[in-house]
Amino acid sequence: MIKADRIFGLVMMLVALGYLFSATHIQTSFLSDPVGPRIFPYLIGGGVILCSLVLVIRPDANAEWPGLGTVLQLVIALAVLIGYASAVRPLGFIIPTAVAAGVLSYQINPKPVSALLTGVGLSVGLFVLFKMILGLGLVGFPRHWF
Amino acid sequence: MDILSNLAMGFGVALSPWTLMLAVIGCFIGTIVGALPGLGPSNGVALLIPISFSMGLDAISALVLLTSVYYGAMYGGRISSILLNIPGDEPAMMTTLDGYPMARQGRAGDALVVSGVASFVGAFLATVGLMLLAPMLSRVAYHFGPAEYFALYLLAFCTLGGVGSNNQAKSALAALIGLGIAMIGLDKTTGMPRFTFGELHLMDGIDFLVAIVGLFAVSEVFFFIESHGKNSAIGVVLDKVRIPWNDLKRSTGAMLRGTGVGFLAGILPGAGASLGSFLAYILEKGVARNPQDFGKGEVRGVAAPEAGNNAAAGGALIPMLTLGVPGSGTTAVLLALLLTLNITPGPLLFTERPEVVWGLIASLLIANIVLLIMNVPMVKVFVKVLTVPSHILLPGVTMVAFVGIYSLTGSSYDMQLMVAFGILGYICRKLDIPTVPIILGILLGNAMEDNLRRAMVLSDGDWTYLFSSGVSIGLWVAAIIGFMAPLFLRRFLKRPAIPEANED
Repeated sequence: MIKADRIFGLVMMLVALGYLFSATHIQTSFLSDPVGPRIFPYLIGGGVILCSLVLVIRPDANAEWPGLGTVLQLVIALAVLIGYASAVRPLGFIIPTAVAAGVLSYQINPKPVSALLTGVGLSVGLFVLFKMILGLGLVGFPRHWF
Repeated sequence: MDILSNLAMGFGVALSPWTLMLAVIGCFIGTIVGALPGLGPSNGVALLIPISFSMGLDAISALVLLTSVYYGAMYGGRISSILLNIPGDEPAMMTTLDGYPMARQGRAGDALVVSGVASFVGAFLATVGLMLLAPMLSRVAYHFGPAEYFALYLLAFCTLGGVGSNNQAKSALAALIGLGIAMIGLDKTTGMPRFTFGELHLMDGIDFLVAIVGLFAVSEVFFFIESHGKNSAIGVVLDKVRIPWNDLKRSTGAMLRGTGVGFLAGILPGAGASLGSFLAYILEKGVARNPQDFGKGEVRGVAAPEAGNNAAAGGALIPMLTLGVPGSGTTAVLLALLLTLNITPGPLLFTERPEVVWGLIASLLIANIVLLIMNVPMVKVFVKVLTVPSHILLPGVTMVAFVGIYSLTGSSYDMQLMVAFGILGYICRKLDIPTVPIILGILLGNAMEDNLRRAMVLSDGDWTYLFSSGVSIGLWVAAIIGFMAPLFLRRFLKRPAIPEANED
């Protein structure tokens, strides 16, 4: 089986090459210091390639990777988090938070009623805590509702 | 006495009813955070920085609140170690070795009290040590030039990587990833954008708080879902808690030895609390007349690592405050807090902002006393908190992470970036790549480059200038030793395995 470290090492090597390539395009102004803005990124990129080589040549034993079902669960969680990050600004705090917290809760403990209660409870509770008690600038609902 | 007058000034700053209240709240939250498996001091402080910042707390109040959380989490880590055999955070791992067997013998209350007192002894003495040593070190650090600072940052990365990880290449890679991320944004010297790819959001660089909360807190979500929250703590029972005077007397020596070892381990840049508790346990087992009882519920095996871990937490503040170089993941997060508050740690901090330093020290002393009261007579409250089921806790923590970053930056972009860091954190943990060097790299990257470039300006491009002073040569040598030595020592310092929870 392919060692995960090898894959990661190869990916990081590609990233480092891209990083180095991008560093060659950093513009220097005529008023620069002896080192300039490129050398340090070059050092970093070179170091990453070196370390990645070590990973490719001498990988550690593989960790236990999750099965297909768990990967699906992780993808769902990821989608929920990214969706939440995009939704909380236009839709206000309460509704996206209830949905996101509810789905995450359901993923850990698949009981619909308790997940629903957790989602709504956390959303309202956190809103009261942060908005009313701690005074953070959260918006509860979409602005055009009122 | 200089120290006493400074300390009086510190208490003058920190003893107002408002800051006392913040200290109590911080200690309470901290102990809970420390006790909950999966939430450690780093996550706890990381989650609270953006929130306290958005609340508009001033520098002293925010410092008092968050250092109370920091110390509280160090105290709290032992609770789940003892009751559940699950370390509440990494440094509390050694406490499981004897704490859990004690709990199984029906002495959970005793173990909690002894470890609470040990935490107090370690943390209190370490704070006193901090008070004595930090001003001295800051006077030395005053003479550091850019070449020395560059070597010092390198030393921090090397010891952190050498000691804290099982694979040198991986920790070096982590540090480099962090440094690479720090380069994103406008170059301060020339004003030219680097690695922004025309994206306006990236011009200011990546906010280290976004990275920290993502790597430490959001990655936990993925981990939890993968493990299906196996570490939940329902059904914990704790009998009457009384003070076991005999055990306390028996373990006084262990506490003091643990404090000494832990404090020294904490001062080493990059080593931190995990090493402190580990060495304290090994030492205690070594000097005990009954080493065969260790791992079977020996009370000194609980006292020593707890004292060590809390003393290291105090010791780790010394390099952070005097040099700006954090010694552990949590002090890295505290450094992020200081930077957010526009306080630059370093030797100048002691002369220019003495009220911050001494207010911080005074609030640490206050926090310790509050914590002793909370953690010995009131420990049952925290045991109750442990029974919060994970399907409520985890979504709650996640949402707090989002609220913090959202109210700090107000941008969806930063929240998505935080989720991306969460994925990075998950992958790193899966591959056994430490995430603390990434944070350290992001935090120190610009300062490190800055010092390198200033050194080169001073020497007009002569690279041998980096090795031109005795101090910098010493730091380089220490860095190389710190990075390489664990390769050879690892064979001798093998960690004992955590006792099986279900064996009978």
